[in-house]
Amino acid sequence: MIRKVAVPIAAIVVFLVLWELLVWVNDWPNYVMASPSDLPAAVMKFWMLFLEMGWQTLWRTVIGLLIAIFVGVALGMIMGFWRIMREALYPLLVGFNAIPKATVVPIVALLFVGAHNFNTVMIAFMISFFPIAVSVSIGLSTLEPEYRDILRSLGASQSTIFWKIALPKTLPEFFGALKVSVTLAFIGTNLMEIVSPHGRGLGSLFDSGKTNSDYPLMFAVLIALAFLGIVLYYVVVVLENIFAGWAEREPS
Amino acid sequence: MSGLIDIRDVTHAYVTESGPLPVLRDLSIAIPEGGFVAVVGPSGCGKSTLTRLIAGLMKPDSGEVWLHGEKVTSPRSTVGMAFQNPVLLEWRSILKNVMLPLEIVPTTLTRREQEERARKLLSLVGLDGFEDKRPSELSGGMRQRASLCRALVHQPNVLVLDEPFGALDAFTREDLWMTMHNLKAEEPFTGVMITHDLRESIFLADQVVVLSGRPATTQHVMDVPSTGPRVLDDLYTPEAAERLNILRRQIEIAQGRAPTDAEGTVS
Repeated sequence: MIRKVAVPIAAIVVFLVLWELLVWVNDWPNYVMASPSDLPAAVMKFWMLFLEMGWQTLWRTVIGLLIAIFVGVALGMIMGFWRIMREALYPLLVGFNAIPKATVVPIVALLFVGAHNFNTVMIAFMISFFPIAVSVSIGLSTLEPEYRDILRSLGASQSTIFWKIALPKTLPEFFGALKVSVTLAFIGTNLMEIVSPHGRGLGSLFDSGKTNSDYPLMFAVLIALAFLGIVLYYVVVVLENIFAGWAEREPS
Repeated sequence: MSGLIDIRDVTHAYVTESGPLPVLRDLSIAIPEGGFVAVVGPSGCGKSTLTRLIAGLMKPDSGEVWLHGEKVTSPRSTVGMAFQNPVLLEWRSILKNVMLPLEIVPTTLTRREQEERARKLLSLVGLDGFEDKRPSELSGGMRQRASLCRALVHQPNVLVLDEPFGALDAFTREDLWMTMHNLKAEEPFTGVMITHDLRESIFLADQVVVLSGRPATTQHVMDVPSTGPRVLDDLYTPEAAERLNILRRQIEIAQGRAPTDAEGTVS
């Protein structure tokens, strides 16, 4: 248990020390690259803003992610159960996913002018639902026929098969995708906050750091984003251990 | 001819892109109550199709499958199935895996009685003490034992086994043969088993049916009478050697590798 906490923290400390060394050895001024020792001061100066903007970024990311889970699972089920739907939707989804979301931001911003929260949630959702849809559809479509046969031969209905077998069996893939989607959703939220500034979220704090040439502030925002990302990621890990812990094998 | 399992003139073909692929042709097999029939035949001759037909998972193009005097048109809870792949649910304990059919089949047993029944079966196959383990913690042979318990837990009239021991090593397989005899003594069932192992077929079954190559039909039927409980030594007697020889010849004929005359015997 100590190892589980101490090792990652030690790795973070080593990373910060190396970063500090890099800046120190090259003697970079902080407008080239701020060093970790500049960051506490930058955070302290605006800590109220960090809390407020961090909260705005967090809740919009989480809502976007929840919508992505809902839509992703629904699409995944449709594609997992009906082959024809998979053939129909896959190219469409891949194409949609390939479009850089930075180009979608101005479109969405123009489409729903002024609805900043809505727009931000939309981008967070759009950038993060794809891995979920793909993993759920693959999980369902690769279910070995024997699993269905075992229940079908007992006269079980399709929905019984789904709840008793297909759903639990897909959970490990689902959580694997969710870990990717969590970080993607943060990227989506911040894209909106930075590309279409509207004074909300950590992205706008980053933006104001840029306009005011407050370089340590910009780096502090990045660290804050990384921190939020780590927190949300481990929330998913905890959920995974609760609902799909069986998939993890004891180290032998 | 009629039996508890009665397969009458079953013909079936799969639809493929290059036209229909006939797999079974006028196949008839009758198994009396308490009988255990092993079906052997060349690879890809439609043996697994047969198990799916008996379980009601598919309907034959023509012909009928009757179980217990009822025509099979859809899956029924009076059948227990086990496959080469034990398909245990990894997220459930072994005990909960064995109890799975009782969650689907209507039962009069209380929760407590269900659990007792599952525990009794697990102990019959030598899995006491493993009830709360996950499938991933068990060896292949143990998983297959648990899968057999699951197939029997709801007291089916008919047990359908599709190469249940095909993926196990030779020694584990022999252990499971003995387990099968124990199970049958304690929990009598009528069964069909698909297998590729001729020794397995004469050791476990009281009748061996050799299917011809595709489209499969009954090519040869061999009765294996029993005098008392079987032991592994029975496989190393001259009678057993002779039976195995005949079956091997029949398989060669089915594969089209031996010249035959009109009666289907080797010339």
